Amino acid sequence: MAEIVIKNLRKEFGSFTAVKSSSFTVEDGEFFMLLGPSGCGKTTTLRMIAGLELPTSGEIWIDGEEVAQKPASQRDIAFVFQMFALYPHLSVRKNISYPLVSQGMPKAQVAAKVAEVARILGIEHLLDKGVSGLSGGDRQRVALGRAIVRKPAAFMMDEPLGALDAEFREHMAEELRALHDRMKATTVYVTHDQLEAMQMGDKIVVMNHGVIEQFGRPQEIYDKPATMFVAEFIGSPPMNFLRFEGHVRPGNDHVRLGSVDLRVPVQHEDAGGQLVFGVRPEHVTLDDHASYRGRVIASEYLGTTQIITLDTPNGPLKARVPSGRVVNPGETTGLLFTPEKVTLFDEAHGRALKSALHDEGGARG
Amino acid sequence: MSAYSVTAPSRRSKLVAGALVLLYTVITLLPLLWIISTGFKTGPDSIAYPPKVFFSPSLEGYVNLFTSRTRATNEQLAEMPPPANWVDEIVRRRNEVITGPSRFGERFMNSVIIGFGSTFLSIFLGTLAAYAFSRFRVPLKDDLMFFILSTRMMPPIAVAIPIFLMFRGLGLSDTHLGMILLYTGVNISLAVWLLKGFIDEIPREYEEAALIDGYTRFQAFRKVVLPQAATGIASTAIFCLIFAWNEYAFAVLLTSGNAQTAPPFIPTIIGVGGQDWPAVAAGATLFLLPVMVFTILLRKHLLRGITFGAVRK
Repeated sequence: MAEIVIKNLRKEFGSFTAVKSSSFTVEDGEFFMLLGPSGCGKTTTLRMIAGLELPTSGEIWIDGEEVAQKPASQRDIAFVFQMFALYPHLSVRKNISYPLVSQGMPKAQVAAKVAEVARILGIEHLLDKGVSGLSGGDRQRVALGRAIVRKPAAFMMDEPLGALDAEFREHMAEELRALHDRMKATTVYVTHDQLEAMQMGDKIVVMNHGVIEQFGRPQEIYDKPATMFVAEFIGSPPMNFLRFEGHVRPGNDHVRLGSVDLRVPVQHEDAGGQLVFGVRPEHVTLDDHASYRGRVIASEYLGTTQIITLDTPNGPLKARVPSGRVVNPGETTGLLFTPEKVTLFDEAHGRALKSALHDEGGARG
Repeated sequence: MSAYSVTAPSRRSKLVAGALVLLYTVITLLPLLWIISTGFKTGPDSIAYPPKVFFSPSLEGYVNLFTSRTRATNEQLAEMPPPANWVDEIVRRRNEVITGPSRFGERFMNSVIIGFGSTFLSIFLGTLAAYAFSRFRVPLKDDLMFFILSTRMMPPIAVAIPIFLMFRGLGLSDTHLGMILLYTGVNISLAVWLLKGFIDEIPREYEEAALIDGYTRFQAFRKVVLPQAATGIASTAIFCLIFAWNEYAFAVLLTSGNAQTAPPFIPTIIGVGGQDWPAVAAGATLFLLPVMVFTILLRKHLLRGITFGAVRK
């Protein structure tokens, strides 16, 4: 069990910088998600923590020890690969016992540990089989077994559910989270799937182009996105952006889009020029009496809710409304936005403007 | 039914296919049969015209292959003690006596030492080089790989004279070491290229998993990569052995009394009074065996090796 501290971590491949000066802390026992689109540097970060890549510069502290330039074998870390990476020439039992054999553990003890792990994961009946005949889920269970059998300081997981079927992924995600809750081991988990990150993570780091965009609990990241990238990347459909020209000053609680005044959380910053009014689809309500208006283009039925796409003077917008509501394409309707959930962005920098939303306990998290 | 056939082949197409395969088999195996049967003929039978298909088999050829003999008159033979064994008997029937063993055994051993030695060295160096090229960021990797390949762009015998001179200068002429180095030099480019392809196919994650599990890079190579690459290593080894085993031109040029291999030796087997065809055929038959056995033993790997990497998973 260990705390992992990353300080100014940087990785260059030739002229390409994969990770630009990342810093974050994974607390002991945390289930920590590295989230981002492919090529954002999340896997490189994970591989540097594990010791499979050496950083160009920066520090990695695992359990109070600086390990940035140490080989993987000396870091006491387990790694679960997307493609499982089970040794194909060995049986399930041998695969799981491999890390113990490398430590020179006596045979009887190895057998006992392997049996215990197999019981935890429910794969006792597979122990003497070869790994090539196993299903994807069973392979990943064996890979997990190989990871947990050593009781390492921390687990690194690189999209471990990415190679599984969609329906099975859900089930495996629950299993993984339950396993983590039981073992309380520090886990760093890489994924590009925002739902997976929200569902499983205690904390999320959102990365893009080698830069950490935001770092926080899932609710914080969803409710208070720090950048337009995060606001767009998290949530399905993503946050709506209504672009407008204007100016805000500390203390303002209104912005003017065209001829309509819209309420926003009390602003703390002075900003002007191209601004963005960000609101999540579920914080948009259709109300014929509202003065901000949009024309309905399409609706998608999703069971309990439906997603309405509208055209507004400030760009397209999606609203999530109860599916019982009848909305016809072509009709114009008024739109209300839940004021305390709105985020304003400075478009030039793609950054959220500080407001009451970000006050400690200000917005309901 | 084979998993690949869409419909079962008709009886007629099976017959045609069978006949074609049979014809091809006969054409390819006939010379082999000829050599093997000649090895069991007597001298007169081996040069009989028309060729004898049915003959009474004799071990004369094999006896001659392994012995040196001299002619003896009937009087001389009569004075000698009775033949000690069946070998003596066969020889005396033709008015000859054994004076000692021939050099075939030695030459055959030279072939074994040089063939397997150079195969082992090519595979050993080739695997390490291929692993490095496959896994590490080697500066000028593509140029180096091309350079290695370029050593095979002309027939090796084209540089026979420089090599002859170099070997003489270095004292490598007619030595086992010299021939092993030479055949390794010729084979290594093939070995590196083939093996790099096989190792490229092995996902890096296996080694990375082993590194994480507490093994050093070399242990990971030995315990994870090597077993995975066994197929590729086996098929590469066959290719290397076949070349080194069959090589004739350099062996003629660079070896004589000490390190001569079987290929230049076999045609020089002269019997008492003329070319001894049964002995030559017997030598050729024995010479065929090791590579044949080696290839048959590894044929599963060879087949997999040839198609390996042809399909991207």
